[in-house]
Amino acid sequence: MGKMSLEDLRALREEQKKNLSRRSVENKDVEVIVGMGTCGIAAGAKETLDAFVRELDENNLVNVRVSQTGCMGLCYVEPTVEIVVPGMPDVIYGKVDAEVAGKIVRKHIMNKTLVNDHIFDRPAADIVEEGRKN
Amino acid sequence: MAPFKHYILVCGGTACESSQSDKIYKNLLNECEKHGCKESTQIVKTGCFGFCEQGPIVKVLPEDSFYVHVQPDDAKEIVEEHIIKGREVSRLLYDKRKSKVRAKIEEIDFYQKQFRVVLRNCGVINPEDINEYIARDGYKGLERALFDFSSEQIIEELKTSGLRGRGGAGFPTWMKWNFTKKVEGEQKYVVCNADEGDPGAYMDRSTLEGDPHSILEAMTIGGFTVGADYGYIYIRAEYPLAIKRLKIAMEQAREYGLLGKNILGSGFNFDIEIRLGAGAFVCGEETALIRSIEGERGMPTPRPPFPATHGVFGKPTVLNNVETWANIPVILQKGGAWFAQIGTDDSKGTKVFALTGKLRNSGLVEVPMGTTLREIVYDIGGGIANGKEFKAVQTGGPSGGVITRDHLDTPIDYEHLKELGSIMGSGGMIVMDEDDCMVDIAKFYLGFIVDESCGKCAPCRVGGRTLYNILDRITKGEGQLEDIDKINAIGHAMQKASLCGLGQTAPNPVLSTLKYFPEEYKSHIKDHRCPSGKCKKLISYHILADKCIGCGLCARRCPVNAISGEIRQLHSIDQEKCIKCGECYDVCKFDAVYVR
Repeated sequence: MGKMSLEDLRALREEQKKNLSRRSVENKDVEVIVGMGTCGIAAGAKETLDAFVRELDENNLVNVRVSQTGCMGLCYVEPTVEIVVPGMPDVIYGKVDAEVAGKIVRKHIMNKTLVNDHIFDRPAADIVEEGRKN
Repeated sequence: MAPFKHYILVCGGTACESSQSDKIYKNLLNECEKHGCKESTQIVKTGCFGFCEQGPIVKVLPEDSFYVHVQPDDAKEIVEEHIIKGREVSRLLYDKRKSKVRAKIEEIDFYQKQFRVVLRNCGVINPEDINEYIARDGYKGLERALFDFSSEQIIEELKTSGLRGRGGAGFPTWMKWNFTKKVEGEQKYVVCNADEGDPGAYMDRSTLEGDPHSILEAMTIGGFTVGADYGYIYIRAEYPLAIKRLKIAMEQAREYGLLGKNILGSGFNFDIEIRLGAGAFVCGEETALIRSIEGERGMPTPRPPFPATHGVFGKPTVLNNVETWANIPVILQKGGAWFAQIGTDDSKGTKVFALTGKLRNSGLVEVPMGTTLREIVYDIGGGIANGKEFKAVQTGGPSGGVITRDHLDTPIDYEHLKELGSIMGSGGMIVMDEDDCMVDIAKFYLGFIVDESCGKCAPCRVGGRTLYNILDRITKGEGQLEDIDKINAIGHAMQKASLCGLGQTAPNPVLSTLKYFPEEYKSHIKDHRCPSGKCKKLISYHILADKCIGCGLCARRCPVNAISGEIRQLHSIDQEKCIKCGECYDVCKFDAVYVR
């Protein structure tokens, strides 16, 4: 880029802000957590993760933090993704491919409505407790 | 280009770089290449994170994982485990106990009481990329200066902000600028004093290394305000990384038209040149620094005339320290009133300290003015290492003094430190424990002054040497009680009669240790005893009969074979041969060696 005018500088700042805010952890209230255990990766969690990052970028959602975690224990419905949005219950989605990821971004994160047919949950707490006793 | 999925920030400050952070950076690049995640991972070298005690530091985002003491070989595991599989490498996390429920960076005690204005971008952006600086509202202050404000209004904002010089003396910045601005129709200059020379201080180096553009932006604002079109950054050649990053930053700024002719189309011209200093301490003194820029020998000249009216090449010059400059863009961007909310009545804003010495967490800290020493030493610094007793804090380097336990709750600002006989200085803060001898410390600083005095005026040249000789005598047990009066007399004469700040403040370390620890001086002189066991001439090592088990370790380690004894029998030290290196004391596992 050559010499800039005031307008150029302002435009560049806005553009660069977007880039940098992706890296920042401040002011991010929505969280997308992709299960990246061996089972998840085998089932395509990497593509899912890519899809989320792409969708969020296309929709300009800068307040979302995408992170990865290990196996969530729902290996039969991998890839699994947990979505944390303030004011909504924490939801675990299963069988999330790139297409479903797009739906989750548009419906769940942007319009605050749950995406049917893909909601799963952690095993209930009492079952976990029972398992520990045995 | 697809957006990145991970960002790895590797600390590129001098402290981390000297413990191979550059190798870590290269290994991370290689590993990412090998595992095919190069496209999706951005690896950034940043400025100092400030937490140097725990370096080298690597931070991975968006998880916000804070890895400490990272070794070059750890790069493989970070990439394979964290980047590929999404599993944090818990053994490298700062707080391992919390690895399940991760400790947020803000929750680390070290960062909790800090407030970062000057270091706002250090450890956040890549200092070699102007775009990242711009993204963090960089050059917004300049925008406002050039297009929204008149130069009078800028001075007014500075006045409202209450900013005072961070080089140590605390002169109101707006007044300095105003003096230069008022001189009409002449060539004027702005200068950045980056000749940081206090032992143990590295605030300015870290700012320049981590955020060089903030200084360029600030100097351009300064130039516009006072009517100067040229600036000098006077920096010591011992700071190669800071110089390299400044040069990169200047190139980028010129390319973008943020330095040079007609900046942002405003019609204002400004450019900057770097002048390297050879590392003479006296060149941090403003008049000596100006001589050095002019190509003369770095020696101070009497003031007045002040640089504000007669500076570089005799022209009006605004000369500020790195940290003062670094505050300017923020003040313009957020307003003087915003800045004035931080700090105390007379000392506004924050202060960066290089916290070193006998602490658990040494490092670079920035706190609001008015924070107490106790908060800095205990809450941020984590208290004294190895369970020892706190003795004193030395502030202001060779120009400052000590602050004792009784004054730990003093709020840190210009006036309070002065009252205690120390100074704010540029921000070195050395914490000392029970093992540090105050006479020895005073001698160390005077030795520094004797080396660094330019020799132009007698009070500093002769006075410093005489004081040093007296202290040397005392630490050898050859002192006289009259020496204490002599120290006071010479010290006060130096304060009054020396030509520049170096000589005027040189006696501070000895006068202040004498004021707060007179009994230590007396015990050296009268009892020929060093209470801290530091002064070699006054101590001797002995072996306790009831504790020695005769393992022979001390005898094997003694470099001069001064220790003898049969195995499993009591050993003894030959005082004639002993060179008092303390090796036996350090290696004995049974605490059988003691110092007398």
